[in-house]
Amino acid sequence: MSGPLSGFGVVLARDLRLAFRRPGEMANPLLFFILITAIFPLGLSPEPELLRTVAPGILWGAALLSSLLALDLLFKSDYEDGSLEQLVLSGHSLPVMVLAKTLAHWMVSGLPLVLIAPLLASALYLPAEAWGTLMLGLLLGTPTLSLLGAMGAALTTGLGTGSALLSLLVLPLATPILIFGARGVDLAVQGMDPVGPLYLLAAILFLALSLLPLAIATAVRISLD
Amino acid sequence: MPGVAGTGGEGMLGKDTQEILIQAEGLELWRGERCLFRDLCLALPEGAVLHVSGANGCGKTSLLRVLCGLSEPEEGEIRWRGQSIRHCREDFQLAFAWLGHLNGFKAELSARENLAFSVSLRRRTDPEVRNNTLDQVGLCAVADLPCRVLSAGQKRRLSLATIMLSAARLWILDEPFTNLDAKGHSMISEMLDRHCAEGGAAIVASHQELGVEQRYLQHLEMEDTG
Repeated sequence: MSGPLSGFGVVLARDLRLAFRRPGEMANPLLFFILITAIFPLGLSPEPELLRTVAPGILWGAALLSSLLALDLLFKSDYEDGSLEQLVLSGHSLPVMVLAKTLAHWMVSGLPLVLIAPLLASALYLPAEAWGTLMLGLLLGTPTLSLLGAMGAALTTGLGTGSALLSLLVLPLATPILIFGARGVDLAVQGMDPVGPLYLLAAILFLALSLLPLAIATAVRISLD
Repeated sequence: MPGVAGTGGEGMLGKDTQEILIQAEGLELWRGERCLFRDLCLALPEGAVLHVSGANGCGKTSLLRVLCGLSEPEEGEIRWRGQSIRHCREDFQLAFAWLGHLNGFKAELSARENLAFSVSLRRRTDPEVRNNTLDQVGLCAVADLPCRVLSAGQKRRLSLATIMLSAARLWILDEPFTNLDAKGHSMISEMLDRHCAEGGAAIVASHQELGVEQRYLQHLEMEDTG
């Protein structure tokens, strides 16, 4: 087995299998996403006009918070049972393996949010024309959130308690995604072209995809030293 | 300070052209204000087992972690077959198998799945071969149970199966006897003997006698620096 991508498939398959063995943990972000969006109309007012205006912000804010929720264990469980050491010493490229882990994490925590978003959007009276922009924006934005979160998780893995620190580290970095994502949906609601913010989301995603795996791998090595 | 290993086991089978597999020179490691070891040298040829011993907390695990590249030493260099491991990290990592305090198994996966994953990170094997190894370490009956319910000793045996299947030239084992019964103990001794006979080498940190043949054995006694 050789080549720079060896190890990717093995790690991805293992992490997905593990996620399906812990269905409760997997459902957590999705449940959280639904709950936040369901609570806002109760606290605000059920008026469609108002909900339509605030829906982009609520949906994106909820997506951001839910994707932070499951991050804590991304590296910690591997660190605690020793399999992180074995991964680091396996002779494969560590950035590729952490990318596989992050992809597996996104597939079980980010992708379901994208898929269920139209349902919640309709509950907030978001016009159907904006659903496409919402889903596309989430599809481009949630992987970046997972990558940023993975970096925070890797940095806090070696520490005893990292949850609060993790959120503090990741939230400021994630705000541009929240702003551009919500702005895109906003533009679509008003009938304008949302392509600008979407391009920016795509640009941030590719920047994150190319640089963050290296940073995450370094953070993992440091946490093991 | 700990001296130079590489004594003992003289005249191995009359061969004197043994290749030095792993060599360390002038290793120095600090943990906080404390120096764990300084100017530590070792050289391990093929067909030899280095038994690292010493009191609790004297730095055996730290030394092993430095040797396998998990920690960076403050000073010194480690060479794999004459080449600094900084320059051949991937080759080096593929050439050794590491067994630490933690076994590295996922509690949710069965023993069989854990073994398949650990081995597939290194090379392809047939399920047949893996089953045989599970049989060898006496885990056939529990192979499909999740690791969560296995006893500590059974998990240790599963780690040994991983090491056996790793096809690694060098084994770095940190307290492999932990939680093992007498049968497991002699199993490791036999594994090490066979590994040496096949031209492999091993570095083992342990408080117990390894039970391997005398001609393979080398010692490194680490001093407690207090």
